[in-house]
Amino acid sequence: MEIKCHRVASGCASGPALVTREAISFLGNVDATTGMVVDPAHELFGQCIAGKVLIFPGGKGSTVGSYVIYQLKKKGLAPAAMIAIRSEPIVAVGAIISGIPLVDRVSEEILRVVSGTIVEVDANRERIRV
Amino acid sequence: MYLSREEEAVYQGEHGETLRRMMEILVALGDIYGAERLVPVRSVQIAGVSYKNIGEAGLEWISDLQGQVAVPSILNPAGMDLCRWQEMGVSEDFAEKQQQTIEAYRHLGISIDCTCTPYQIRQDLASPGDHLAWSESSAVSYANSVIGARTNREGGPSALAAALVGKTALYGYHLDENRHPTHQVDVKADLRGSDYGALGFLVGRIIKDGVPFFRLRGQRPAQDELKALGAAMAASGSVALYYVQDVTPKPPTCGQPEETLHLDRKEIDEVYARFPAEEADAVALGCPHCSAEELERIAGLLQGQKVQKELWVCTARKIAQANPGLVEAIEKSGARVFCDTCMVVSPATERFSRMLTSSGKALSYLPGLAGVGAGLGSLEDCIDAALGRR
Repeated sequence: MEIKCHRVASGCASGPALVTREAISFLGNVDATTGMVVDPAHELFGQCIAGKVLIFPGGKGSTVGSYVIYQLKKKGLAPAAMIAIRSEPIVAVGAIISGIPLVDRVSEEILRVVSGTIVEVDANRERIRV
Repeated sequence: MYLSREEEAVYQGEHGETLRRMMEILVALGDIYGAERLVPVRSVQIAGVSYKNIGEAGLEWISDLQGQVAVPSILNPAGMDLCRWQEMGVSEDFAEKQQQTIEAYRHLGISIDCTCTPYQIRQDLASPGDHLAWSESSAVSYANSVIGARTNREGGPSALAAALVGKTALYGYHLDENRHPTHQVDVKADLRGSDYGALGFLVGRIIKDGVPFFRLRGQRPAQDELKALGAAMAASGSVALYYVQDVTPKPPTCGQPEETLHLDRKEIDEVYARFPAEEADAVALGCPHCSAEELERIAGLLQGQKVQKELWVCTARKIAQANPGLVEAIEKSGARVFCDTCMVVSPATERFSRMLTSSGKALSYLPGLAGVGAGLGSLEDCIDAALGRR
């Protein structure tokens, strides 16, 4: 299945999907030294985002979250790519400064993808392949 | 968003990887907020300077950047006085990280002036009608409201992107359509000094990100009082633009705001009553950074006396350097004039349990950002408390 999307941060990558219906605050929800979701209240608690194609509604919380994404990338613990229903400045800026492909403007149907399914994000061509 | 041929070339990476990513930030934000195009900026003020706020993650990013800023760019306050950090009680580890952050910014061609009041130290950064990319909320409010320039409240990376590219996305407060007053605020009280901070504290809480149009009575507010009013509204709410009838530049059209607020002396006094001046173990002035006029008033009130509690007076280094006599007069009392920093962004504040201030902005931020209780007093109350008179 191929889905149209909108490029926010350029690049092309693939990996197993990690899907959540909850917004993510990279400062607070994610441990920058392990890539684990550490907030017990979050749907992804206990999961590792490293190397995954993160499919989520968007970011929230502190703007320092952008730098946390950068730190994850430098440690090799960042998502391979990200798909947001609607991107906001924290995740958009974080993905761009880190060189992580990020696309948005996709239908909420994308949240029905089962975690673990291999997903390819081609931000340059504005296409997602599931 | 429309990009010129030259902007498109930067976006496609023809001018290197740093500029490509910076342009990508501007385009991403422009898309999110519906900008039609980019607009050149006259100057940039960059947030994300205090190591307390950006941490190791932010320092790593800034250190990795290459290039030179395209327009005059200065910094927000740092987490310490860059020269006298030991006197503040800042740890050596923190100081080292803070210095590394400053050096990383210097490497990009940014002026190492760390202040929330760029308009007090340089006249070449903003004039009426200029587009800017400023970060610090009180400076943004002052630029939009008192100077009549145009800026959104930029985050650290978006301000740096604007500095390196020399442009920002045209949306929000850059456009007339978003600069109309949303609330009329009638104040039936004669206001003075810290009253403006108390008023801003109240109004920001009520109108959040609205645009107030004030009708004040009595004496015309001084520039320092407008600075305090805007700073408090930007902290207790997120007001980035306000008008004061017959004082500030006018709104784009004279349509009537939809809502009207009425405030009087009783409501201003209630703010002081809720945050009493008593039981503070330290006193801090200069949020936003003191002007030369404010330093002069403080020096006058302290003359010939000794402080009993720690008294910090925060200002921009250039203001302190231009007024060595005032700094000396203030420090003779045992008070300290700290530059480049303030009580809100420095970790040194955390050792106090309750701070007294004349600032409606510090009143909003001290409990949450430093875990320190806050009291509000007039400048005279603050000096009295420092001298042990109350």
